[in-house]
Amino acid sequence: MKYVLLFVGSSEDQDAWEKLPKEQLAAAYERAGKWFEEHSKAGKIVGSAELQGPSTATTVRIKNGKPMVTDGPYIEAKEIVGGFAIVEVKDLDEALAMAKTWPAGAVEVRPVVDHSND
Amino acid sequence: MTAALVRALGDFDLAEEVVQDSLVAALENWPEEGIPDKPGAWLMTTARRRAIDILRRDRRYREKLALLERSDMRSDPTEADDRLRLIFTCCHPALSPEAQVALTLRAVAGFTTAEIASAFLVAEATVAQRIVRAKRKIVDAHIPYRVPEGSDLSGRLDGVLSVLYLMFNEGYLSRGAQVAMRRDLADDALWLTSLVSTLMPDQPEVIGLQALMKLNLARSAARFDSAGEMVLLPDQDRSLWDHSAIADGVALLEWAGAMRASGPYQIQAAIAALHSEAPSWADTDWHQIVVLYDALVRMADSPVVRLNRAVALSHFAAPEIALGEVNDLAIALSGYHLFHATRADLLDQLGEPVLAREARRRALDLCQNPAERSLLERKLRD
Repeated sequence: MKYVLLFVGSSEDQDAWEKLPKEQLAAAYERAGKWFEEHSKAGKIVGSAELQGPSTATTVRIKNGKPMVTDGPYIEAKEIVGGFAIVEVKDLDEALAMAKTWPAGAVEVRPVVDHSND
Repeated sequence: MTAALVRALGDFDLAEEVVQDSLVAALENWPEEGIPDKPGAWLMTTARRRAIDILRRDRRYREKLALLERSDMRSDPTEADDRLRLIFTCCHPALSPEAQVALTLRAVAGFTTAEIASAFLVAEATVAQRIVRAKRKIVDAHIPYRVPEGSDLSGRLDGVLSVLYLMFNEGYLSRGAQVAMRRDLADDALWLTSLVSTLMPDQPEVIGLQALMKLNLARSAARFDSAGEMVLLPDQDRSLWDHSAIADGVALLEWAGAMRASGPYQIQAAIAALHSEAPSWADTDWHQIVVLYDALVRMADSPVVRLNRAVALSHFAAPEIALGEVNDLAIALSGYHLFHATRADLLDQLGEPVLAREARRRALDLCQNPAERSLLERKLRD
């Protein structure tokens, strides 16, 4: 069963993150790195990415039947997706157990659509 | 039984259907043939046969038919496990609290959507939708059907107990004049809690909650007068209390206490026991009740707990002291009718009838329950 773990936070969290002094930032990355290492060893991580900040985002929408390109993320600036991991585990409880130990903020857990029988 | 069939069939709706059919068959058969030696086994066999009939007729369920015929469906030990699994699954935190309550009442206690809707004063369509969505989420997000283990268990058990306590309070407080066809939510919450305590006999908080419910229900007969008006604890006729239920509740509490792991439900049950064992309001051991509330504040602090503690305190401390403690909660409890009602009672004791009326009016503005409203209105008229 595949889930995406979306690593999310508020815009205040994002600001605080950007203002962290070098050593604390390095320590935070190390904690995240350890989380990935532990779960990769257990064979649970299928893919992952850390995303660059919301100011680098560009959104494409359809407006009046035509694609429209705008600066910025899709969701309101107050909530920010910082990265994600695709995990393969037995059930939701196992995905939640992983999410509970994520060291850097809130996590949204969503099942991935299984198209293998289409 | 529904739980075992849900497990074998992987389908709530089919399981419920065959359980209903087997009960109808029992009602038709047993008056003539007599009740079988093992009624549970008879029902299970009938339900399985019915399920096989239905599945045979519906080609879409062919794989499920194979599952059913292969599955080992011994009743009793696995049935108990299945019921516990079902309760924990229905109360999974990934489901909204309203969905947890609705699903537990439907799947474990057999309430119809109409009965759930009337118990919680929401539209039947809303309840039906909640249940459908919850079942869909269980399937789509792959919420596992099992009793949690290890470090997960205590948190998940807390979730189950809070659903059961919510159900109980809804049934207990909402009980006014008896309506003929309404299911008794508080009794069913007690039954569910005793089911969980039977299946998890080493969990003192479950037994504590069971004791709390039992002790509160023991006072039922005295809570409303013949006109359907609410009678508060100080004025209740204690001879109407079910004293054997009180004895049972106290015994449960002692059993939990022997496990030496106190908790909020056990403490609340102990407070209820002190009320229930007092021969009269005047003889209530208020000092001990305050001691228990102190423990509850340490364990599960909340403004309402502190309010209740202040009420207990007012019985032996000067009313100004109790009022002082109550007033400290003003910001937190400004929207809570019992906060204002308590202030009103204390202001009466302090000889401030005008301020008391004001507080009582505020309480009335915030109160929904018809029996409580009627009580406040009566006090305002006096």
